[in-house]
Amino acid sequence: MSLSSSVDSGGAGAHAGRAVSGGARAARPRVRLRGSFAGNELATMFGRARNRALLGALAAIPVALGLAVRLTTRHHDGGGFIGQVSNNGLFLVFSALTITLPIFLPLAIGVVAGDALSGEAGQGTLRYLLVAPVGRNRLLAVKGGALAVFCLVASFTVALSAFVVGLVLFPIGQVTLLSGESISFGAALVKAVLITALVAASLLGLAAVGLFVSTLTDTAVAAMAVTVGVTILSGILQSIPQLSAIQPWLFTDQWISFADVLRDPVYTPNIVHNLLIQALYVAVFGSAAWARFTSRDVLS
Amino acid sequence: MSPVTGTAATGPAQGAVAGARAAVTGPAAAAETATAGTAAPETAATGAGGSSRGDAAIATYGLSKRYRGGQLAVDGLDLAVPPGAVFGFLGPNGSGKTTTIRMLMALIGPSAGRVELFGEPIPRAANRVLPRVGALIEGPAHYPYLTGAQNLARYDAADRSADPRTRTARVGEALERVGLSNASRKKAKAYSLGMKQRLGLAAALLQPRDLLVLDEPTNGLDPQGMREIRSLIKSLAADGTTVFLSSHLLDEIEQVCTHAAVMSRGRLVTQGTVAQLGAGLRARLVVTTPDTAAAETVLSTVLKTASAGGDGAGDGGEGAGAQVQVEGDRVSCDADGLEPDAVCAALVGAGVRVFGFAVQRPSLEDAFVALTGEGFDVAQ
Repeated sequence: MSLSSSVDSGGAGAHAGRAVSGGARAARPRVRLRGSFAGNELATMFGRARNRALLGALAAIPVALGLAVRLTTRHHDGGGFIGQVSNNGLFLVFSALTITLPIFLPLAIGVVAGDALSGEAGQGTLRYLLVAPVGRNRLLAVKGGALAVFCLVASFTVALSAFVVGLVLFPIGQVTLLSGESISFGAALVKAVLITALVAASLLGLAAVGLFVSTLTDTAVAAMAVTVGVTILSGILQSIPQLSAIQPWLFTDQWISFADVLRDPVYTPNIVHNLLIQALYVAVFGSAAWARFTSRDVLS
Repeated sequence: MSPVTGTAATGPAQGAVAGARAAVTGPAAAAETATAGTAAPETAATGAGGSSRGDAAIATYGLSKRYRGGQLAVDGLDLAVPPGAVFGFLGPNGSGKTTTIRMLMALIGPSAGRVELFGEPIPRAANRVLPRVGALIEGPAHYPYLTGAQNLARYDAADRSADPRTRTARVGEALERVGLSNASRKKAKAYSLGMKQRLGLAAALLQPRDLLVLDEPTNGLDPQGMREIRSLIKSLAADGTTVFLSSHLLDEIEQVCTHAAVMSRGRLVTQGTVAQLGAGLRARLVVTTPDTAAAETVLSTVLKTASAGGDGAGDGGEGAGAQVQVEGDRVSCDADGLEPDAVCAALVGAGVRVFGFAVQRPSLEDAFVALTGEGFDVAQ
């Protein structure tokens, strides 16, 4: 028998139910702040030492990158973003995101997403959340939402750290775009924020995969490993020419599309493709996670 | 489930509870239903009316769970926990207690049968009913990196019916109640096993509850802690909270419970009031003496007079219970209908040197052995 029937239709139903069943404890207050559990989830997520360490490591990468550039290339521009950093500190933001997106950001997301439900199950707290009762749908929604916030925070941690390091170590000024034009520092800053948001969005597909894997096991480490492994696998598949048919459907396929923001006008097709892929992964793996989580026996 | 053993096990049990509700400690009902525990299908008629247990705090109907390995963990369970009861859920390890509790709390779905809490179907109405239920399931579980108070605040936030404005106060009260106020700012990973157990109990007490489901609540506690928890349970029950207490400790059940059910190999062996469970067994009179032969003679004489003089109240006393048993220096017989002071005087009058003299009430353990025909610690 499936437990999917335990799905709560929403606050209104719960209210009505309580009014009927209140009985002996009718005096209990009815007021509830929407999202208070979501707030608790975020506080727990960002208060946890491990997650702070992950964000700290992400923040350290632009520092190392900035120092390396400062100490080696004194002047003249090489190729790519990194070559531009010594001319304009803002390029450290683009360089840092380019470097962290394939490995470090997926690693951090993989750890947090893989741990989302399997970690609760492994330490036994899942059963107590469920009997509280948190409601399975609500728990899954809150976990998914918190993961999206983590993607955003992780990306902005890298960007902000890079921005500060860039300001300190390098000159700033007008930014020359990939398409040749120069734009003001302010306009470039807006583009930097947009790029960071796109990087965060690029991670959503992976977060959904991680959340799904997290519903499959009670062993958090296994879920983390699988999630990170999926990213590596996707990268490998990307590099095999014979697989060109499936490559447009890999969630890593258009990760670098954010660079198209640095054109004038912004070249959108790849960016849109990327967002579509991410939305598709969120829909497919989010549904799979929901189907699995609302019907599974919680034995941990 | 097989029809023969099925009716034998569950039928009388329903009868027992029906009897209990009709007359809480009616001696006639108690005696009848307790003997029915072994085999007396006719009493099942009272309970066999079927699905009229809507007023029960917990009711299960033919509840079964088969795990994916094919193992039948719970088999056709018909449980009825009357509101306000302290209900002991007994059984050896592996008898299906925790699986049952997980089904009660909508953590796992039954393979067959159904569960009702306060007349509402589980898991369908789980989000509506579970705020009224506090639970400790298979030991406590916490976020090791959060403090005790933070742990409770998180569980409280998970419950949509909990008022966030009173959260801090309620968390404080719950910690106070289990004696953890001084450790509330310590991280849970620094807690001892007993403190973790207390924190788990505190989580169950965050709100006033109508039902507490406690799975082995005194695990890991020292004797002092066990006593505290038992008195806590008693005070909660005195406030009208129904307590469902699973345990493999028979004295624990005997000390705090008004009702009990016994599980064995996934089946319900019996359920009823604790008094009923013991009522099938008679108290025994035990004499410790070196003069065993003389004592035996005296006791036999006393028994004969008692059964002759007693107006049939000793129902069939001549048969099974009437013999005097001698084991080493202990001579014992059924204490029913005997006046201990008179017996003692008779023994002394006959020149028997009495080293020890006692009337032993039957324990739940005796009841358990009598009901299942097996020792309590049977490995499954």
